[in-house]
Amino acid sequence: MAETKSHIGTQNKKGQTYTDPWEMMHEAPRNPSFYTGSEVIKEALRRASCDVMIAYPITPQSEAAALIGELFAEGYIGDYFRGESEFAVMSQCAGAAFGGARVFTTTAGPGTMRAMENFPMWAGARLPIQMIVTCRGINSPLSIQPDTIEISYLLNTGMLVWHAETAQDFFDWILKGFMVSEEPEVHLPLALCCDGFFVTHTKDVVNLTPADMCLPPYDPYRSPVPCMDMECPPVRMMRDPFIMKSNYISYATHASWQQEIWAAIERSRKHTIKWINGLVDTENTDAEVVIVASGTAVSQGREAIRLLEDEGVRCGLVKVKSLRPWPGEEIREATKNAKHIFVPEFNVTGWLAKEIKATIPNSDRVHAGPHVCGGMTMPPEIIVSEIKTALGLRSESLAGRGS
Amino acid sequence: MSKERIKISPDLYDIMPSDYQDLVQSATYGKEDRGWKDIGTSKELIEQHSLCAGCPESMAFRYILASLPNPEDTVMVGSTGCTSLVFPMVAVHNIHSLFGNQNAIASGLKRALSVRFPDRVKDVVVLAGDGATVDIGLDMTLQAWFRQEKFTTICFDNELYANTGGQESGLMQKGFVAKMAPVGKLFDKVRLPEIARESGCHYVVNCTVSKPSLVEKVIRNSVLIAREIGPTYIQLYTPCILEIGKNSMEGLQEMRDSEKPTERFAYKEYVSEPAKQFLAELAAKDKERKAAAKQLAGKA
Repeated sequence: MAETKSHIGTQNKKGQTYTDPWEMMHEAPRNPSFYTGSEVIKEALRRASCDVMIAYPITPQSEAAALIGELFAEGYIGDYFRGESEFAVMSQCAGAAFGGARVFTTTAGPGTMRAMENFPMWAGARLPIQMIVTCRGINSPLSIQPDTIEISYLLNTGMLVWHAETAQDFFDWILKGFMVSEEPEVHLPLALCCDGFFVTHTKDVVNLTPADMCLPPYDPYRSPVPCMDMECPPVRMMRDPFIMKSNYISYATHASWQQEIWAAIERSRKHTIKWINGLVDTENTDAEVVIVASGTAVSQGREAIRLLEDEGVRCGLVKVKSLRPWPGEEIREATKNAKHIFVPEFNVTGWLAKEIKATIPNSDRVHAGPHVCGGMTMPPEIIVSEIKTALGLRSESLAGRGS
Repeated sequence: MSKERIKISPDLYDIMPSDYQDLVQSATYGKEDRGWKDIGTSKELIEQHSLCAGCPESMAFRYILASLPNPEDTVMVGSTGCTSLVFPMVAVHNIHSLFGNQNAIASGLKRALSVRFPDRVKDVVVLAGDGATVDIGLDMTLQAWFRQEKFTTICFDNELYANTGGQESGLMQKGFVAKMAPVGKLFDKVRLPEIARESGCHYVVNCTVSKPSLVEKVIRNSVLIAREIGPTYIQLYTPCILEIGKNSMEGLQEMRDSEKPTERFAYKEYVSEPAKQFLAELAAKDKERKAAAKQLAGKA
């Protein structure tokens, strides 16, 4: 902590002032700018005091990954290179984080899947790497289109998982994400997800913090595990490596460490609530009908609610921002009045609906849908139609749906 | 880091483990001419090991740790296998993460250390088995060399997957009958030293660990060249006596038999032109230093 504080007010080599993160994110003036999601990632990184970024091309994150290369060329990032595959990139990120660097990377779809072996290792090694996931299809036949199925694979890795709705979320959460991830009692990697193309490739007005302010540098000596830089005494870690042992002590060691990772996710809860203003956002949750969604499905849900209002149907909204830590208590509270809970999702399995069903009482209130997948858009009308059908209201037929 | 950093508070001295006390008192951190001859008179940087009795890998480990030119600022990267049984007992920081990703880990690590310590030397040394280096991790082994990452890659070549019970590996000899090669291995031993040369390594050596003085020279050269010029690769024959049906006391002879001039581990070395020049400069400086020391001793 002492080291982090000591930088505040001083300048980096680019002339940016290391600023108290809370002040920078909540009190500093904001400048409205019209940017794509990819450009917003770049702008967040410009202010992130990032030591190492490692890139690999895969649609739809390639542009963001390349733009951060430009930041490196301008001198804002300590080091940057293109790895040879996502598996290698995530291992390179791990190496850099083991060495005490603030590390950032981006990936998508099949890349996330290829790299998967690394993620429980990151969490187990307590590496606070931030990874942007610009979700897309992962199945065969090949698709590059938006689809959030890959998030479901990340949920049990031990990483923090957040799901951004807009480019504004993205800008704020990248910077705030480092603050939560790097808390000594958390010190876990963060998968910051968004829906590919919808967020990365569309332009939006985003309120940026001043470009001459940046986060204080990461202090690796606040880590709960030693930084691998030979700056602290190296000692024999154990008499016999536990990995090969089939005895109670070995099992207990491994079990308690896994429990510790999940306890660290729990401990991240208060920091996440503080920094992103709650794990969920809610509107009108006294209504009998509530939509619970994450990512751009929230935007579509919001539009559906407006259409329903025109027809006299009142509907509430729960925007799930953090998936790990999971906002179980918040969702139970927000849905306690609901008779019908709709969960629109951009994936075929409906993983969010399953999580919600496992969380709330009377889970038969949950209507898992509508679902679209493989890159299909989700017009608000199909959410309206799903809700009206479930409520027994007459629904106009939707052209193109064959209904 | 120097020995100063590992000093024990006097109040806590008596409760520290004896191996740590030994480390503070007589390890060779910071000793300029450290080498294999320190073994026996100083605290080694390896505390016991859980390898099989007589395992040549344990000899290799001891010689390498005795020969690192800068252990007080060296971080080692391992991989899954028998080596990962030893690393928890080694007194330099070391990383084990996944099977086969060691050169990717080392790439990120070396770059992070360069960003964080721009004015200090921090060496990175990879040490992994042949399965990790040549089979599952080959992509990352080669790509680190293509990118000219400045660290040393050491492969303990025991010509099979030892830790999982003796399965065929890419560095196994053709025709060898092993698990997963039930009718004998059908293709030649992968020629990684040659591939290393073509991939941009500046110093490549293929040998056994039968001679500690040779291991010392090779390790020292490989770390110093990697630090100053670019990637280096050392392939060391560390036979798995268990899997080739040898007894504990037969490992050394197995290595001696395999390093005869016509055998597959006859000493082979490649040094790039920039590395040759660097070694020549190093030798000249060394000579100068020794002459000055001699002169000083004469005056005294």
